[in-house]
Amino acid sequence: MKYTLSILVENQAGVLSKISGMFSRRGFNIDSLAVGVTNDPTVSRITVVTDCDEHMVEQIEKQLNKVIPVIKVRRLVEGEFISRELSLIKVHCPQAKRFEIIKIAEMNHANVVDVSNSTITLEYCETAEKTETLIDLLKPYGIREMVQTGTVAIDKGKAGIRV
Amino acid sequence: MITGAEIMVKCLQAEGVDTVFGYPGATICPFYDALYDSDLHHVLVRQEQNAAHAASGYARARMKPGVCVATSGPGATNLITGIATAHMDSIPMIAITGQVRSDLLGSDSFQEADITGACEPFTKHTYLVKQTEDLPRIFKEAFHIAATGRPGPVLIDIPMDIQTNSIESFEYPETVDIKGYKPNIKGHSVQVKKAAELIKNAKRPIIVSGGGVLSSGAKLKLQKFAENTQIPILSTMMGIGVIPSDHPLYLGMLGTHGRRCANKALHETDLAIVCGARLGDRAIAAPDQMGNTTKIIHIDIDPAEIGKNVKVDIPIVGDMNNVLKNLIDEIGDYKVKDEWDAEIKDLKAHYQNKITTFDGYVEPRTLIGNLSSMLKAKAILCADVGQNQIWCANNFRIREGRFFTTGGMGTMGYSIPAAIGAKLGLKKRDVVVVCGDGSFQMGMNELSTIVQENLNIKIIVMRNYRLGMVRELQDHNYNCRHAATILNDVPDIVALAKAYGIDSAEVSSNEDAEQYINKIVESDKPFVLVCRVHPDTPSIL
Repeated sequence: MKYTLSILVENQAGVLSKISGMFSRRGFNIDSLAVGVTNDPTVSRITVVTDCDEHMVEQIEKQLNKVIPVIKVRRLVEGEFISRELSLIKVHCPQAKRFEIIKIAEMNHANVVDVSNSTITLEYCETAEKTETLIDLLKPYGIREMVQTGTVAIDKGKAGIRV
Repeated sequence: MITGAEIMVKCLQAEGVDTVFGYPGATICPFYDALYDSDLHHVLVRQEQNAAHAASGYARARMKPGVCVATSGPGATNLITGIATAHMDSIPMIAITGQVRSDLLGSDSFQEADITGACEPFTKHTYLVKQTEDLPRIFKEAFHIAATGRPGPVLIDIPMDIQTNSIESFEYPETVDIKGYKPNIKGHSVQVKKAAELIKNAKRPIIVSGGGVLSSGAKLKLQKFAENTQIPILSTMMGIGVIPSDHPLYLGMLGTHGRRCANKALHETDLAIVCGARLGDRAIAAPDQMGNTTKIIHIDIDPAEIGKNVKVDIPIVGDMNNVLKNLIDEIGDYKVKDEWDAEIKDLKAHYQNKITTFDGYVEPRTLIGNLSSMLKAKAILCADVGQNQIWCANNFRIREGRFFTTGGMGTMGYSIPAAIGAKLGLKKRDVVVVCGDGSFQMGMNELSTIVQENLNIKIIVMRNYRLGMVRELQDHNYNCRHAATILNDVPDIVALAKAYGIDSAEVSSNEDAEQYINKIVESDKPFVLVCRVHPDTPSIL
């Protein structure tokens, strides 16, 4: 099962390596990882998506809490949070296909951010599942290049993680 | 104005440090220069790894962080095994390393090593100091992190320019504020109540005690808890000494190399009260099976240990002192059922040691069994790793003293430097080393340190010209193919000890060995007693 963890950490050098090192040496897997500063500049927030069982996600949480610069760890509850990942997808696009691809982009609320004689680049900000759907639709045209951020996630409503 | 190096010394003094173990080098020279003017006692070891082991022995003796120092590059990397040993054994330690100048960092300069990166998996925390102003805060935090919660080593890597730069003044912080580090020491009262209920309803409860009981200083509380309730006690290797070995409630060490009656009792129990033990694979071979038949209460300061190796029914996170105190209050005058008490007595009687002896050799288990009565009650025994360790763990009749060995990491060469640290920590205690001829040769360079520091440490070398434990493994699992486990008869250890200026003798019978030991414990000089042991002497029965 996939679990999404929000981790607040002290915004200092070397924290990311402490955390990623802990995952690798204990054999925990990382599906995706995103890190950025929060509204408090001394605190960064890491979002980790991991695919494992309940016992292991508990171990991950406990081991994360042992990393000194980790301030708080929260396991987000399925269905009760918003998650997004940002993708830039460069698709092979001869002029004849341009309209078709733009139509697909519109239907999926993806933005066209660059067009050339032979390519079109879409920007897409959605959940991992929807991104996968869009990629499936674009695959037949030929994806030249693609780049994605890790998933970022936040609780719905009043719930959340604070220092 | 005050230099970073002077600040480092002042920080150590502010933490009440009186002894540091180390080995100098270019990038840590500013610190050594400041140390030269201070009243801190620096112990020059003969290899950096031993500085860490000595700091570990000191920490265990004094129940506070030991400090070791090394230079950058090879000095720092040599420390790693000692740091990793302290980490696995949960020993509070501050490791200070010199580092190349900040402007050279990352350029593969002479004697540069990424020691904070390398030590990441083996430390509780690491610091690479970026500016001199940060030194007091970092030292304060490092000592706090090392000594509180589950103890462990903290590394502070200090570039040379940070040591030589000066700042206006020195002020040591009084408090620490680390947002993400607030160990829970209290122990949840509801959980304690639940635990007490479970104990009262158990038919065959047992206490499994680990090193956590000793490091939290809760040994007497555990004894009281056991005596009040008459619940028998097993210990892990790190937990040896939580209760005197001859105590009627003590069944011995559990695990693959433990006592059969201890393992049998663990098999029979319906409730294991696990105190400050992580139940590693050497303690319980198939931990995932244990939870199915036995209920488990697990008390530990480190929440990550609870439920890691065995499924737990009642987890209690907290300091052992607090939790045991509450548990004693909660449980009132409950006592275990007479049937279980009788069964335990039967178990102990049934699994008596029957030791086979070899003529013309010392029988090490019998010797170690008698050793305790030849020493003062509070003696510290430092065992190395291998057969000698198991002989000590199962046969040393500990009274009020301590048993130092590396149960978690199992690092050969630990015993001699650890004894140096222990002796410097507690000068009045008898300190005795038991090692094999393999492990002796991994730590023997520290005989120099023993002499230089004029330390009264007695070393007993069990000499079988074998790497006995691995050889035993080869006997059982590798068809007696003794690959690389036969040692030759060099060095002549007696002559070697004498070359260091330490008196020494070799014996080949228990009578001679005991006669020597009785004589040498009276002297205030170190001694190396070499005991010829038959290579076929097994680790356990």
